[in-house]
Amino acid sequence: MDSISNTSLADLHTGEQATIASLGRGSGIQGRLTALGFTPGARLTVIQNYGHGPLVVALRGARVALGRSEAGAIQVLPLPA
Amino acid sequence: MSDCHTPSSSQAPVVQAAAGIPTIALAGQPNMGKSTLFNLLTGLNQHVGNWPGKTIEKKEGLFKHDGREYHLVDLPGTYSLTANSPEEVIAREYILRQLPDLVLAVVSAANLERSLYLVSELAALPCRLVIALNMVDVASQEGIDVDVEKLSAAVGVPVIPLVATHARGVDSLLQAIRMELQSSVIEKRSMPEIRSDHRQVQSDLEAWIRPYLPPEYPPAWCALKLLEGDAEMRGLVRGAVPADTSKQVEGLLLKHDDAFLAIASGRYAWIESILRSAVHGQKAGQISITDRIDRYATHPVSGLAILAGILGLVFWLTFTIGSPIQNALAKGVVAPLAAWAGTLLAGVPFWLRGLVVDGLIGGVGSVLTFLPILMIFFGAFSLLEDVGYMARAAYVMDNFMHWMGLHGKSFLPLFLGFGCNVPAVLGTRTIESRQARLLTIILAPLVPCTARMAVLAFLTPAFFGPNAVIVSWGLILFSLILLVVAGVILNRVIFKGERSAFVMELPLYHTPNLRTTGMLVWQRSLSFIKKAGTTILGISMVVWALSILPNGNVETSFLASVGRILEPIGRWMGLDWRLTVALLTSFMAKENSIATLGVLFGGLTQAGLAQTISTSYSASTGLAFLTVSLLFIPCAATVAVIRQETGSWRWTFLNIGLMLALSVGIASGVYAIASGMGV
Repeated sequence: MDSISNTSLADLHTGEQATIASLGRGSGIQGRLTALGFTPGARLTVIQNYGHGPLVVALRGARVALGRSEAGAIQVLPLPA
Repeated sequence: MSDCHTPSSSQAPVVQAAAGIPTIALAGQPNMGKSTLFNLLTGLNQHVGNWPGKTIEKKEGLFKHDGREYHLVDLPGTYSLTANSPEEVIAREYILRQLPDLVLAVVSAANLERSLYLVSELAALPCRLVIALNMVDVASQEGIDVDVEKLSAAVGVPVIPLVATHARGVDSLLQAIRMELQSSVIEKRSMPEIRSDHRQVQSDLEAWIRPYLPPEYPPAWCALKLLEGDAEMRGLVRGAVPADTSKQVEGLLLKHDDAFLAIASGRYAWIESILRSAVHGQKAGQISITDRIDRYATHPVSGLAILAGILGLVFWLTFTIGSPIQNALAKGVVAPLAAWAGTLLAGVPFWLRGLVVDGLIGGVGSVLTFLPILMIFFGAFSLLEDVGYMARAAYVMDNFMHWMGLHGKSFLPLFLGFGCNVPAVLGTRTIESRQARLLTIILAPLVPCTARMAVLAFLTPAFFGPNAVIVSWGLILFSLILLVVAGVILNRVIFKGERSAFVMELPLYHTPNLRTTGMLVWQRSLSFIKKAGTTILGISMVVWALSILPNGNVETSFLASVGRILEPIGRWMGLDWRLTVALLTSFMAKENSIATLGVLFGGLTQAGLAQTISTSYSASTGLAFLTVSLLFIPCAATVAVIRQETGSWRWTFLNIGLMLALSVGIASGVYAIASGMGV
């Protein structure tokens, strides 16, 4: 599935929407991410991304903050605005 | 293997529920209003302890409704029941092994999609289930309309709408619980399905492990947990099944290591289908209050300014309201009480009078006057947490914490440390990575707690008069800078610069519940009073006894001898034996140093004590003493929780050694510089 997308969540700008393609591997936090609603196909909106530091995304009706490197491991498919 | 599989986990509850009293387990994700509901139902009739073998808080209580009594157990707040942290294990073990009569799942109507995830897991367990649909008021504000009947029909369990903060809907909730408890069969409920490509794998796994599992574990559920990559379940199965089955299981799991996605997706698909029928009018592009506030509160620049402002306000409130009350208590209650006791006991032997007046009233009484300061600080902290702000504080501090190899989540326990280091160390359990957690624990004692700030607030005016405020703030700022420097160095040297993942929910802002805050302040106050009545009382008595034995003269007492033995080290910092002894007794509780000085300078009232101290010592000695007091080894209670939380004496002693070296080294330097400058 990774081949479909080469955009990571960290690359998205504030206000952009995307669906999740894959969660990436080896970070050991996939269990937490899935419980918070990060599953392949889930739709999210970037609430805040200043290009450095952590970012905030809205998904499944909740707001989740995640570190830049955690967001960098998540591959997404950007949705047209 | 984890200790939660030992028989200790089947211990009887601390609140002993009489036979026949039904037990209700309260489950829910964080920020769903679970604590509010718990406090609402049990009031003051609750007990706070620890889960057996764990340091995680366990709250339980009793309540009555319609003449019947119920036993309520608050399960830890978790997003799922997969073992990502000890909380999830506690929650599911409790449900599977203790077999509560009913599980009450608290979900938020304003965030149903995410909060039903835990319900999707609970629905798969063999227990009676009732859903408390909380925050229906917030939901309707946001334009979300939940059809309760349809939700109930779709899940197959009773659903009761609720506004826990205003105690609305509680009666119907308790009626529903009563009805459900009377029904003899658990109704068939709808359950999420695993994606079809993994169904065969699940049933294979189930068949292999079924004969070896403990009877209380449903085999299908265990197989599901294995597929989810649950480390706890893997350990349990590895320990239970024969070697060749274990190999077979491991092999299959390796081949399907992405099954966790299929399972989570299946649960969310189940939730989505429920929401489609039961929820209408999702908010259409309107900007909620939370988004509007967050535009500033989580902004990299204004967010930090807001955080600084809020923290400043908390301290200002704590000390401008707390300190005058503390002073008033000291002058208006403790001093007259001591004088009154002195006259009353005029006829009794001098040692008994001294014990009561100096040891009991002077020592413990002075310490208890700090209670208002503590209450205001924890009250403010709890309000900020309840409003939903603390997650934002963690978020804006994330960048800064990275310097120390930590992330935003470490900020909260460290900030809590300003109140007391014990909850700070306990609070580190929200940090997933062990390394980040250890580093946060080690740094926590560098945060000056209220007890140390009280010592500071009491002694700085004595030494520095009008400059006291500047000196106090300077010292506090200095210890915080030291915290950052120590963090950066420790991270490089011990942890080799590794850092951990940061994932955290930012809850919706909502109006705080005063009952929740009140309960927290009440519990903290209670444990402080307990400490004053036990540890501080004991030390006060011992110090007092040592100060008059063997011949009634402080100057030639046992205490003086101890102080004189250690005086050479104290001399580096310009301390005489009295200050050295005061510093030593602060190990049992930081406030002791004032109590000890009170005893050593002969039962003076606080104002008198400050006067005497200021004429007895130079300002450079004062500054060195304040420095070493602020940085000295953590108090006994903190050391105990550090040992408990790190699970290692090595880390504990490393921490003590670090603080000892820092405090004595820096205070010696401060003394040398200050006296060199002729202060």
